[in-house]
Amino acid sequence: METSRLTAPAGRTEHGPDGPQGPLMKFAVIVFPGSNCDVDCHKAVEDVLGQPVDYVWHTASDLSGYDCILLPGGFSYGDYLRCGAIARFAPVMDALVKAAEEGKYILGICNGFQILLEAGLLPGAMLRNRSLKFRCDQAALRVETTRTAFTGDYRKGEILSIPIAHGEGNYYCDEATLADLAAHDQIVFRYVGENPNGSLDDIAGICNRAGNVVGMMPHPERATSRLLGSEDGRRMFTSVLNAWRVKHGTAAVSGA
Amino acid sequence: MKATVYVTIRQNVLDPQGKAVRDALGSLGFEEVKDVRIGKYMELELATEDRAAAEARVREMCEKLLANPVIEEYRFELA
Repeated sequence: METSRLTAPAGRTEHGPDGPQGPLMKFAVIVFPGSNCDVDCHKAVEDVLGQPVDYVWHTASDLSGYDCILLPGGFSYGDYLRCGAIARFAPVMDALVKAAEEGKYILGICNGFQILLEAGLLPGAMLRNRSLKFRCDQAALRVETTRTAFTGDYRKGEILSIPIAHGEGNYYCDEATLADLAAHDQIVFRYVGENPNGSLDDIAGICNRAGNVVGMMPHPERATSRLLGSEDGRRMFTSVLNAWRVKHGTAAVSGA
Repeated sequence: MKATVYVTIRQNVLDPQGKAVRDALGSLGFEEVKDVRIGKYMELELATEDRAAAEARVREMCEKLLANPVIEEYRFELA
């Protein structure tokens, strides 16, 4: 792993403490050995939001300087034992649990979702895709709730086109947990049309009760430009910026 | 002391690999195979001869890391 790009938080130096529109929201992309969507996540924050974003190595023990933490896709620790099982004990995870408890915004994408499940920050577990195939495709998702920090800019029921790329995205939990997820409006995305992995109740993404921690198998960071085939993922990022601005009373009022 | 740990998908959870292998065995003429569960086999070398302590520690390892209780069950032997 190149350490140079991890020790040079470019975003921080390009912006001052405040941008033209007021205080800046600070993003972290956690990098585990084997992460491979970290650059995509970093670019998505830069390109969609223009907010400062750092790569943070899995050995970090302090995330207190960040408002939003992204767990990227990939194959952390080679997916040995189970996807996310070893990453879940990385030093940075204690700080991540603390950040979740403090209400900071956390998004786990693909392998990041698997890590959140293994860490118990979200309920359930992943099984091999029912087809046993690694699926790399565009998937249609329905937005099931707009109450989370990452889905406020969508409309409930809206259908999005977001790519998937996974072999173990077959979400499973027991019946009581599923009922609990539904009762507390924690199912964030469902696949529509074909379910690509056999997940329970067509689940593609869920959140915790508070709605500040979201996990999803599809990759919104790969759907941020029409050049990439879809820009339906952009609002995951604009949503969280807006959620943060509302929470901190810094909603930009131009000309004020 | 050596611990042998077996981890399998819980009985009430569909094991997609096991199902595929069962179907393959069926198509090869082994129709008597009703179910296949695929799991993991792990050998652990432990630097202890205290059987009771080893049992407690290996159970803790299984609960904490080696198996995910949401989808898997485990058993182990000490020798």
